[in-house]
Amino acid sequence: MPSLPDMMTPDAEGLARQAGQGGAHAPAADADQDAFVEFLLRMGDNALILGHRNSEWCGHGPVLEEDIAMSNIALDLIGQTALWLGLAGEVEGKGRSADDLAYLRDAWDFRNLLLVERPNGDFGATLMRQFLFDAFHFLQLRALTGSADPRVAEIAQKALKEVSYHLERSAEQVIALGDGTAESHARMQAALDDQWGYAQEMFASDATDVTMAAAGIAPDPASLRKPWDDTVDAVLAQATLKRPESSFAHKGGKQGTHTEHLGYILAEMQFLQRAYPGASW
Amino acid sequence: MRPAIAQIWDWLAEVPDPEIPVISLTDLGIIRDVGWQGNTLVVTVTPTYSGCPATAVINLDIENHLRAKGIDQIRLERRLSPAWTTDWISDAGREKLRAFGIAPPIDGTGADGHVLTRVGALTGSNLVVACPRCQSNDTRRVSQFGSTPCKASWVCNACLEPFDYFKCH
Repeated sequence: MPSLPDMMTPDAEGLARQAGQGGAHAPAADADQDAFVEFLLRMGDNALILGHRNSEWCGHGPVLEEDIAMSNIALDLIGQTALWLGLAGEVEGKGRSADDLAYLRDAWDFRNLLLVERPNGDFGATLMRQFLFDAFHFLQLRALTGSADPRVAEIAQKALKEVSYHLERSAEQVIALGDGTAESHARMQAALDDQWGYAQEMFASDATDVTMAAAGIAPDPASLRKPWDDTVDAVLAQATLKRPESSFAHKGGKQGTHTEHLGYILAEMQFLQRAYPGASW
Repeated sequence: MRPAIAQIWDWLAEVPDPEIPVISLTDLGIIRDVGWQGNTLVVTVTPTYSGCPATAVINLDIENHLRAKGIDQIRLERRLSPAWTTDWISDAGREKLRAFGIAPPIDGTGADGHVLTRVGALTGSNLVVACPRCQSNDTRRVSQFGSTPCKASWVCNACLEPFDYFKCH
């Protein structure tokens, strides 16, 4: 299969033992295992699907530099996917690799936010979605660097450096295009209005989130709302864009209920492994 | 016969980075540990970027080079933490980058997610990256990304030469 780095996680059992000695915040080995796998799939699937969407820009960017930037961000996200889904397979304990999880699950088994499966739209809409997600992703990863599970903390530490860069870029681009020409401003406002309802799913906590927060493994997404608002409001103000007032949230992706768009993504992404199982190069 | 660890480090210093072949893997600072476990040599490597496509090639190059030196049993391990930083690029590595036409990273300017306080730096007004060709400080950023995940695209206003900046990470 077209996997990226396929090296061993050093002393995974040792890390897990260490996690079990963390006291009050230690992840309970059995009771919370299903929730832990769910959480890891959410992390991996968000990165995978957004990475795939970004990769669709390869060869289609408005200028060469932006085309390259899109592909590089996609690459970071796919690399993070390999880490999250690799750990998901390890915790699940059924022998599934990151590649198995990426290529051989169907739509209802994916746990990504609806926002990241939205069609790209124009370049401005792609950047607006990236910014709304980056601002959340950054806060989430920053909190995860203090996870009670050291395997989660070390992936977060790695990913946070990359996502900090993504956030700076997307914020800068949203400001440049929002505070740009009348045409670019109008397109960015339309993109914001269109995606706002989908962005709200990021903060909709469910039982999995509550379990993870209680175990000290991950922050309750609802707790990220205030700092996200602060970042987004500050950037939108500089971009001369108006924050939508509605707090309505399109939900379901985190639990596996997706829009029709995910199926089309999977049809393209998974085709080779479905048609030629186990193919590698 | 197990070769000494210092000898193995010297051998690893001969393995070039596959994408920037003027610097070695040890210059790049990604070899985190080398040690014997019985008769197996364990080399611990940290990735630069999570999705860097060079990672798989790097592992293969390490293995091939050490096998050529007569070591049969080799195991490569990945270590994520502490995460790789450009601070680990050696001084010699920085000079080799510059000579190759890539401006080396300026420490302490890595992304930290504080977008608004960094807009000045991002647009190039606070971040002075000297042109690796003519050494002029009159340069500007063209794109936050470049030919590989670890680089950004810059251009020199003085000599007009476009160049890669090895971005701080």
